Amino acid sequence: MKKVIGLLTAVGLMTAPLVQAGTVTVSGSTSVAQVMEVLAENYQNTAKKHVEVQGTGSSAGIRAAKDGTSMIGMSSRNIKENELNDDTKEIVIARDGIAAAVNKANPVQNLTQEQISKIYRGEIKNWSEVGGEARPIVVVTRENGSGTRGAFEEIMDLQRTVNGHKVTAITPTAQVGNGNGMIKTIVANNPYAIGYISLGSVDDSLVALSVDGVEATDKNIAAGEYQIARPFIVLVNNKPHPNAQSFIDFIMSNDGQSIVAEEGYIRVQ
Amino acid sequence: MSKFTQSDSKSLLSRENQDKLLNGAIWAAAGITILFLLWVVWHILSNGLSHVSWEFITGAYTRIGEASGIWAMIVSTVYMVMLSLAFAAPIGIMTAIYLTEYAAPGSKLVQVIRFCTESLAGIPSIVYGLFGMTFFVSTLGLGFSILSGALTLAMLILPVIIRTTEEALMAVPMSYREGGYALGSSKIYTIWRLILPSALPGIVTSVILSTGRVIGESAPVFLTAGMVTQIPDSVMDSGRTLTVHLYKLTQELFTQHEWDQAYATATILIVLVLALNLATKVIANRLNKSS
Amino acid sequence: MNTATRVQSQGLQLAPKKAMDIKEIFFHGLFLCCAMVGVLSVSTIGWFVFNEGLPAFKEAGVTEFVTGKEWLPPALYGIFPMIVASIISTAGAVMIGVPIAILTAVFLAEIAPKWLADLVRPAVELLAGIPSVVYGFFGLVIIVPAIETLFNIPAGNTLLAGIIVLAIMILPTVITISETSIRALPSVYKEGALALGASHVYSIFKVLIPAAKSGILTGVALGVARAIGETMAIIMVMGNAPAMPGSILEPARTLTANIAMEMAYATGIHSNALYATGIVLLAFIVLLNGSLLYLNRKRAY
Repeated sequence: MKKVIGLLTAVGLMTAPLVQAGTVTVSGSTSVAQVMEVLAENYQNTAKKHVEVQGTGSSAGIRAAKDGTSMIGMSSRNIKENELNDDTKEIVIARDGIAAAVNKANPVQNLTQEQISKIYRGEIKNWSEVGGEARPIVVVTRENGSGTRGAFEEIMDLQRTVNGHKVTAITPTAQVGNGNGMIKTIVANNPYAIGYISLGSVDDSLVALSVDGVEATDKNIAAGEYQIARPFIVLVNNKPHPNAQSFIDFIMSNDGQSIVAEEGYIRVQ
Repeated sequence: MSKFTQSDSKSLLSRENQDKLLNGAIWAAAGITILFLLWVVWHILSNGLSHVSWEFITGAYTRIGEASGIWAMIVSTVYMVMLSLAFAAPIGIMTAIYLTEYAAPGSKLVQVIRFCTESLAGIPSIVYGLFGMTFFVSTLGLGFSILSGALTLAMLILPVIIRTTEEALMAVPMSYREGGYALGSSKIYTIWRLILPSALPGIVTSVILSTGRVIGESAPVFLTAGMVTQIPDSVMDSGRTLTVHLYKLTQELFTQHEWDQAYATATILIVLVLALNLATKVIANRLNKSS
Repeated sequence: MNTATRVQSQGLQLAPKKAMDIKEIFFHGLFLCCAMVGVLSVSTIGWFVFNEGLPAFKEAGVTEFVTGKEWLPPALYGIFPMIVASIISTAGAVMIGVPIAILTAVFLAEIAPKWLADLVRPAVELLAGIPSVVYGFFGLVIIVPAIETLFNIPAGNTLLAGIIVLAIMILPTVITISETSIRALPSVYKEGALALGASHVYSIFKVLIPAAKSGILTGVALGVARAIGETMAIIMVMGNAPAMPGSILEPARTLTANIAMEMAYATGIHSNALYATGIVLLAFIVLLNGSLLYLNRKRAY
């Protein structure tokens, strides 16, 4: 009868409360997930409500919020008009810079926006062309659909039109890593690599380049001096689930915004 | 082997030397296999074992502090194994019973069933992930949850269970069936009381093999069950299995602490696999002896 | 399957011919229903994958999709470089891994003293059970940097790294199945060869391996299936650039990596294109199993 018992257990598990009373589901951008996980933990500790954060990517987050798979979607790029529908609204919860980052051993500390753009187009191929060692540049990029990549392409003019569609102009020979972390790992371990990551996740394992002589800092972004920045957006239904609403209220509160700032992002309130 | 064909006619090497050479090649190949095995296992264990501690195993994973325990991943892994087995084991075992004890051999239906289970075994696991993410997560609206993951994995391990159980059932001597029927027992009674008990070691092996598969899979798991680092309250919650955890850790390797975590998690996984392999052996031996 | 068929037919004939009671019918039905779950699963997956993938073929055209060299969603969907990467990484792994595996199988079945074989065999089984992510991790920290130093190239995340990791991963599959099929040979094969004055090694290469060929081929086919279907280990070591690799010292993206990397992001026709990638992957598996069937059947006659 073991199998019967097994089956009954399965049925029992399935009919267990389908949705937990206090659960908030959040999914989307891996960059936003970094700060969202910290926000969620703080919220859980105070409000005793379960928050699930999935770093699945901006496009997936936008889709999940629209079709209801998640209560809250996260995006690290501006949401295209055709991606929004009438039932959903967007809320900017923070701003974040994108840092072009190189290995600590790399003597290059400053590049112009045009140089970075050319490196990513595959037109500049050697560090010696931008004042570094005579070694080939290992270009590292994020995957298609990543909010960080989308914002980076938009700001750095790395888009072109093919067959009437806007597509990437980043060289296809660039290495592709999924997630901020993988880019960080590659750049931190390879002295000839260049990558771009969320400024909030830059730490002393790599160096954020100055762009056009402007250092990549929160202050310079807030002052509008450092141009490569994008909003962190959450997407919710117009009539959000009460649990989702109270979590968003927490994020926008002074406590929530302090956490945002502590984690290295720019508060919006 | 081409060298060998030449030897039939004329060759620079005497037959004796060729034998020595080939013998050497065999030993060398075995040496390479063992070397790689030891290298992989030693590299992981030597870097990881010292960072496995009670706090690491039973601690919570948090983003606020430095704590990085894997208890939530262990619980998620256990849930995932149990739930996917709860779906796949009864179905797989009963399919095997049908195929060996009931079905008319060579019938169209049996051929279709066999073809389908073999195809199921041939589908790359990423396609299961693709399917599970669209079908269970979105279409059925189960969301990123242990349930979505377990259903996907249940399909993935079904062929393993069917095939291994079938072999075990076929190895049961015909005299058991003959004896059962001769004593006037019904078919289902014979299966239940005579055939299944003697096929038990094989069935247990199939379950352990599938447990290994469930523990080892990564892509189809995080595409369906997500990767939340908390203990799931119910099967509708998302969870992160140990293998997915290791994958996520390898994406964030900067500080020594993060390297240590990755090695320690890999160590736990290897120890688990080792334990499962040992369990298969022990159970098979014990049941063989007792029967 | 021959023995299986025989056993089943006997089992059926042996079944008591008494009037079936309700319990018997119920269980017969229950078992049959369970057996249909496998059929249902395959049909659902198949229907879903094709249903979702076909729009991409329609939109891009089958030839353009399969032979196109540029992957630029949402404008161009060409997966030829990924097909090439999948084939090269698998072929490379087979070229390195299969000879080693077959010789190790011979070692375990014929050469090694019993105590040594009893030690090595469980070790090989352990190798089979290690999750692929662990292999990927090993590749990332050992093989990738080694390639950087050895070939003096800026980045070791290359096709070659993928080939080596896959070669290690297919070893246990091929070894276990080849060893079983060599052991399953009747001892008269070897005895006959030895009686005719052949040396032990000669009898292995001239008699045993050819005789066990269909089993070894099955093992190789399973190894190939594992290599071509592997995802996470490959993502971790191969660089994933969607461009056509110029050599094995350049990064490349396999079909499986393409699905895993972009699945979460894809919408609309892009997502269809990933399903279509899955269809191409399935086509490879079918082709593989088909040629295995063909090769083994030819031998049987």
